[in-house]
Amino acid sequence: MISYPFDYVRPESVEEALEHLGGDTKILAGGHSLLPTLKLRLSAPDKLVDIARIASLKKIKKDGDEIVIGGAVTHREIMDSEIIQKHLPVLSEGAAVIGDPMIRYKGTMGGSLAHADPSADWSAMVLAAGGEIVIQSKKGKRTVPATEFFTGFYSTALKDGDILIEIRFPVPEEGTKMTYQKFTQPASRFALVGCAAARLPDGSARVAFTGVADAPFRDKGVEEAVGDWSEATLEAAAQKAAEGQNINADHYASEEYRLHLAKVYCKRALLQLVN
Amino acid sequence: MSNKYIGQSVKRVEDKRFITGKGRYTDDIKLLGMTHASFVRSPYAHARVTSIDISAAESMPGVVAIFTGDDIKETGIVGVPTGWQVNFKNGDTMKEPPHPLLIATGSTAKHIGDPVAVVIAETYAQAVDAAEAVEVDWEDLEAVTDPFKATQEGATLVHDDSPGNLAFDWELGNPLDEVNAAIDASAHVTTLEFVNQRMVPNAIEPRSYIGHYDEVSDKYTLYTSTQNPHLIRLLMCAFVLGLPEHKVRVLGPDVGGGFGSKIFHYTEEALVTWASQQTKRPIKWTETRSEAFMLDAHGRDHVTKAEMGFDGEGNVKALRIKTYANLGAYLSTFGPAVPTYLHGTLLQGLYTTPKIHIDLCGVFTHTVAVDAYRGAGRPEATYLLERLMDLAALEMGKDPVELRKQNFIPAFDGVEQPGYQTQVALQYDSGNYHGVVDKAMKMLDYKKFREMQQEAAQNGKLLGVGFSTYIEACGIAPSAVVGSLGARAGLYESAQVRVQPTGKVSVYSGSHSHGQGHETTFAQIVADKFGIPMEDVDIVHGDSDAVAFGMGTYGSRSLAVGGSAIMKSIDKVLEKGAKIAAHKLECAADDLEFAEGKWTVKGTDKHIGFGDVALTAYVPHVYPEGLEPGLDFASFYDPANFTYPFGCHIAVVEVDKETGKVKLQRFIAVDDVGNVINPMIVDGQIHGGLAQGIGQALLEGAIYDDYGQLVNGSYMDYAMPRADDLPMFELDRQETPCPHNPLGVKGAGEAGTIGSTPAVVNAVIDALWSGGHKVKDIAMPLTGERVWRAMQSS
Amino acid sequence: MSKITLKVNQKSHSHDVEPRTLLAHYLREQLSLTGTHIGCDTSSCGSCTVHMDGMAVKSCTILAVQADGSEITTIEGLAPNGQLHAVQQGFKECHGLQCGFCTTGMIMAAADLLERNPDPSEEDIRHGLEGNFCRCTGYHNIVRSVQWAAKSMSELVN
Ligand SMILES: Cc1cc2nc3c(=O)[nH]c(=O)nc-3n(C[C@H](O)[C@H](O)[C@H](O)COP(=O)(O)OP(=O)(O)OC[C@H]3O[C@@H](n4cnc5c(N)ncnc54)[C@H](O)[C@@H]3O)c2cc1C
Ligand code: FES
Ligand code: FES
Repeated sequence: MISYPFDYVRPESVEEALEHLGGDTKILAGGHSLLPTLKLRLSAPDKLVDIARIASLKKIKKDGDEIVIGGAVTHREIMDSEIIQKHLPVLSEGAAVIGDPMIRYKGTMGGSLAHADPSADWSAMVLAAGGEIVIQSKKGKRTVPATEFFTGFYSTALKDGDILIEIRFPVPEEGTKMTYQKFTQPASRFALVGCAAARLPDGSARVAFTGVADAPFRDKGVEEAVGDWSEATLEAAAQKAAEGQNINADHYASEEYRLHLAKVYCKRALLQLVN
Repeated sequence: MSNKYIGQSVKRVEDKRFITGKGRYTDDIKLLGMTHASFVRSPYAHARVTSIDISAAESMPGVVAIFTGDDIKETGIVGVPTGWQVNFKNGDTMKEPPHPLLIATGSTAKHIGDPVAVVIAETYAQAVDAAEAVEVDWEDLEAVTDPFKATQEGATLVHDDSPGNLAFDWELGNPLDEVNAAIDASAHVTTLEFVNQRMVPNAIEPRSYIGHYDEVSDKYTLYTSTQNPHLIRLLMCAFVLGLPEHKVRVLGPDVGGGFGSKIFHYTEEALVTWASQQTKRPIKWTETRSEAFMLDAHGRDHVTKAEMGFDGEGNVKALRIKTYANLGAYLSTFGPAVPTYLHGTLLQGLYTTPKIHIDLCGVFTHTVAVDAYRGAGRPEATYLLERLMDLAALEMGKDPVELRKQNFIPAFDGVEQPGYQTQVALQYDSGNYHGVVDKAMKMLDYKKFREMQQEAAQNGKLLGVGFSTYIEACGIAPSAVVGSLGARAGLYESAQVRVQPTGKVSVYSGSHSHGQGHETTFAQIVADKFGIPMEDVDIVHGDSDAVAFGMGTYGSRSLAVGGSAIMKSIDKVLEKGAKIAAHKLECAADDLEFAEGKWTVKGTDKHIGFGDVALTAYVPHVYPEGLEPGLDFASFYDPANFTYPFGCHIAVVEVDKETGKVKLQRFIAVDDVGNVINPMIVDGQIHGGLAQGIGQALLEGAIYDDYGQLVNGSYMDYAMPRADDLPMFELDRQETPCPHNPLGVKGAGEAGTIGSTPAVVNAVIDALWSGGHKVKDIAMPLTGERVWRAMQSS
Repeated sequence: MSKITLKVNQKSHSHDVEPRTLLAHYLREQLSLTGTHIGCDTSSCGSCTVHMDGMAVKSCTILAVQADGSEITTIEGLAPNGQLHAVQQGFKECHGLQCGFCTTGMIMAAADLLERNPDPSEEDIRHGLEGNFCRCTGYHNIVRSVQWAAKSMSELVN
């Protein structure tokens, strides 16, 4: 239960941090995904660059018609943030079902998205809330919509030398509703299946899943089927959940059961938005 | 004599140190010059070591020594033994292949984690770093993990000289042809084929050992997170390392839970002790949780077919069982005893079944050893009986509670009415089985529940209630009896009660608490019997140098056996004290009565206090002629019989119709554990037991794949109950004193685990039936998927 | 080696540590504060819970170097010398512990819970302790202990 040796630096700014990246360097944020893998010696970085205290990454703010969450903001800070509670309550409620209280004090949204565990909770919520990921490298900043951020099993649009510095969300229009529904894996308490859904004032939907496939995804099939949001339509829409996806299987859920759960949780999420 | 403490929920004496972080567990201990060990382990379940190369590791920083299986082989140390012998049906002794401390070149590792080498280094990190640099070449071989498959033609062998992978086959009960005839003659036969899955004990403190050889005194000290220090010393000295027992001290500091897994003598205990003599340095080894999953002896793991025959009125007429019990790759300390004498002997249950036969195979597989896990054999027996009873009720359209009651053994106190002789060797001591059921049913409000259930069903909700009644055997047991059944040790207990000159009392007990609160319960008894404050009593345990001998704590035996040993010494103190008091008071000892801490001449107010007598015993100026000074007695207590706690458990569950997810809503437990010394502690024992039994029903279970890899060997994959998985428990009790020990106590450590598992499973099945799903059985643990599938297929 | 300076139980410490040293190891080995336990290697069990800058954290999942400049409270420093915190008292009153191994982490987690939610429901307590395993008590008396502490703390306040 001890990692391979590594060096440790704690830069003061993003710019300074960028200088340290490269080679076998790893960014350290909350450490609650990284350190467990290091302790079990599943990877061996040379150096950890601790970004958890960089002030510019710790902010939650409203920036015009966007809500901005800094790359090193913790789950707990999101849970407790008045700005989030007011504009994106789904994130505040969703934060509360991640891990346990101790994990929430340390783990960050940025770290979770960067790690891209296929069962992580934030991914589905960020997708359904229409989030965008702001990435900085020495070359400059770029913004990637969440829909293009997750590229596969534990893989994202982040490249070596990148730092995820912000997650930006459009301030939801009046009348928007969102929810996150999770069936927990009984041991780890990650999402065996998680479904985040948004109902926009124009009647359109955003529906996203985690835990179901190698990577989280927006589900166009369901989104297009919500129609008039009547109960019957929603039930039918939920039947389309995860269509065309490569469904995961493990000792807690076979492919068949996971798909079934995706449908059930999709239905529950959608119904939540009409009641 | 009036009791001030006995029967009271006295707050625990030991808590102070634990709540302030001053508990002292083995891993908390630092010795001067201490080094650290890390093991090189097999990544395969079955593989031959073709070569070991330690050259790179040897030159790593901080490395003190590296030992391989070849080094151990050279010493002639064969390995750790088992403590129980079971014979084949034909009388041949069981197969008992060696369990080496480290696997030597040319030999095979037999489960994942089997060690090949150990690295000793200055720091823990250095030991881990160097262990990784040891290069082992493996020849990966085919593995078998399922006990039934392991016995089939063509299965790969775990040990070359154990054909069919059988350690033994074994039977118990009435002659098979009689049982066959009774089954054939039955009006209804309920059949169940099931697996009682493999459990990982998961004490939260990982095992930890420090071996310390002192050159000057030529003495060895082993600090160990064990449930029984003396037994470890005996096994290690006499059967493993051949050390002189008087030169070996085994210390059990605070122990962070055991649940069986810390009873057994593990290879690492012997290894750190031996290696410390080689390196002349103290060596600490603390396992990681990953190692704990792989290495701590697991529990249960039976593959069973059970048939129960009834006559037309629902009376049980016969029970026939065939079980394949997984013993793992090696026989652990009590491994052979658990499926046989702790399981087969309990198959009478609470019922008058006249014909019972069990046929059992003890099977080797490429998995870690299976041994006693909380309940040890009795949960398996209870699960079998109580699932059969419930299923039979469903099949015959009877009420599950009425069917049980109809078949109960009538109440008997073991004094006026004799004990109940079962068909499977045991004689129950005392029991009132209807009593616990009636109490529990009142708490449930059965009628109201059935109404609620119907209403729920109409609203599309699945509510279910499940019952379980159990009897178990604790306080194991008369040495002559267990000896005749194959135990290689006696199972008595020792206790010394030393009254100090000032009247303070030190008690040296061979029992060894790992959470049970002996320092409180034992002190309550001693304080009351001597009429002194509890603060004046100190309980010493867990030190083989201080305590004469001990058999340790397991099988819910500490109070029934260990407490009785203390009572014997107390009686001896009082008897001698009376002689001293009589001399001082100038009367005959018979004229005295002892109460409230003093001897009083009957009918007068002439008296002398306990403390005065103690002082006189050590300053014997005015003293009875011929009487030895001192007030210090040791006793050994060998029980007359097992004790037999029993009870009734009821679970209420809700099943999510769409996902199969089970929510435990209520859990009622009415247990009869005999007399109760400290109700608070007894309730606590029941609570903990319930959580483990419920865990087995709903969450837990080790999964080996076909290659023998442990699929869920971490807390991220192996689910264990957390606070929000459980409701508040509803407890009550009945007290039927044990007729054959001085305290009338039976034992409470395992009752909760034994009774609860089938209650939960029965409740889920009941819930499904309420929704029209006529499901016979669901394999444990009842995950969402399994319950959902059961609903799909019915 | 990296140099760290931190306050533990109100006392300042400065040490050179290997960056890979976990805070839990640092507390146990370097400072001999062995009340902080280690029960797993997956950050699951909560035996290692301490307070860091006023928040309950799993010290097995924090590097000692990450704690540089922080204020740490361990079970040994939860209450001033010789006294008991209400949660410690509650565990004793309600038999919230058996083997004691999970207990220190459990108490630290519960103290943090009550800090933020002085009047928790049974469900709040169970949910709030989901990061802490206890294998001995079945949690029943742990919940009661925390309820006891909540009540005792509110009586102090009122
Ligand atoms: C016991 C346990 C239970 C958990 N349960 C859940 C759960 O139920 N649901 C859930 O979603 N999660 C769960 N988690 C994971 C937890 O939420 C993590 O905190 C989170 O996934 C990662 O965040 P972090 O800040 O700790 O990242 P770290 O561990 O510090 O980093 C994770 C990875 O992301 C990289 N990284 C971090 N920040 C950045 C950045 N700004 N830019 C680029 N790369 C970056 C790191 O290099 C590393 O590879 C659990 C964790 C544990 C230990
Ligand atoms: S030791 Fe930290 S969570 Fe288990
Ligand atoms: S008291 Fe033993 S693990 Fe909680």
